[in-house]
Amino acid sequence: MGLEEKILHKEGFFTSKLTTLIEWSRKNSLWPMPMGISCCAIEMMHTAGPRFDIARFGSEVFRFSPRQSDVMIVAGTVTYKMAKVVRKIYDQMPEPKWVIAMGACTSSGGMYRTYSVVQGIDLFLPVDVYVSGCPPRPENLLNALLKIQEKILPEKKK
Amino acid sequence: MKENRYNIIKNSLENFDIEYADANGTPQLIIKKEDLIGVATKLKKELEFDMLVDILGVDRFQKENRFEIIANLYSNKNKDRLFLKVKLDSKKPECPSLTKVWKSANWYEREAFDMFGIIFTDHPDLRRIYMPDEFEYNPLRKDFPLMGIPGSLELPKK
Repeated sequence: MGLEEKILHKEGFFTSKLTTLIEWSRKNSLWPMPMGISCCAIEMMHTAGPRFDIARFGSEVFRFSPRQSDVMIVAGTVTYKMAKVVRKIYDQMPEPKWVIAMGACTSSGGMYRTYSVVQGIDLFLPVDVYVSGCPPRPENLLNALLKIQEKILPEKKK
Repeated sequence: MKENRYNIIKNSLENFDIEYADANGTPQLIIKKEDLIGVATKLKKELEFDMLVDILGVDRFQKENRFEIIANLYSNKNKDRLFLKVKLDSKKPECPSLTKVWKSANWYEREAFDMFGIIFTDHPDLRRIYMPDEFEYNPLRKDFPLMGIPGSLELPKK
């Protein structure tokens, strides 16, 4: 970020506090890109609903434009044909960006051990958190989001 | 199917060389490739089979007559069903297209072409429907490995 660099290089002693501030704000407003490809997407929508309420963690703004989002939730079976599209959308997201592989199919191909399904999206995307389940419970997805928040600003640093 | 309707169908198709069979209670007509369009037109125009529900491809994996196509016909007026079966050559599976008789045959035939490599002559738009255009194999053939041929489908670079 421009602001970060400007103050960081002029006055050294602000550095740690400012990055902490930026990371703190970044961590608490992770906007997801809902890459809902199959049934996991229903559970992802459920997470956004009032019962599980992803807004409690600052991620209620599901952005359908990759240019406005920070974390891509890949929810569903990724076929070889779809892989190109997923990668294209990932490439359009601005840095810094994270990826959640939600569910068995996305993480490993799941029950689709076939010629047409990519056996894990880590074959073409850098994945930060894998979520188990078929489909995962909404709590599980929230946990993945907390894991990414932890990754951005670890608790110990505070 | 009612007895007398079955007899009407048999009588009106007298001129064709047809083998009558039974598929779990549904009558099945095994016909010659050359007769396909003639029989189909007659079934639609005179015997009220107005709907083509599906076209299936079959790979028997034997030396002669390896491939088959099965057309699933339904009559909305008489509420009964009929299967049309055509046995095809093993080396060069070619078959006349049913698109002239029923328009819905278009995509079904594209599917059979994609999965089995059955060539429907005089089909208006014979392209792959599921697999990418540059794919070279026919996935539902018995000699195609379940996990596909490595390197045949491209993934985006990491």
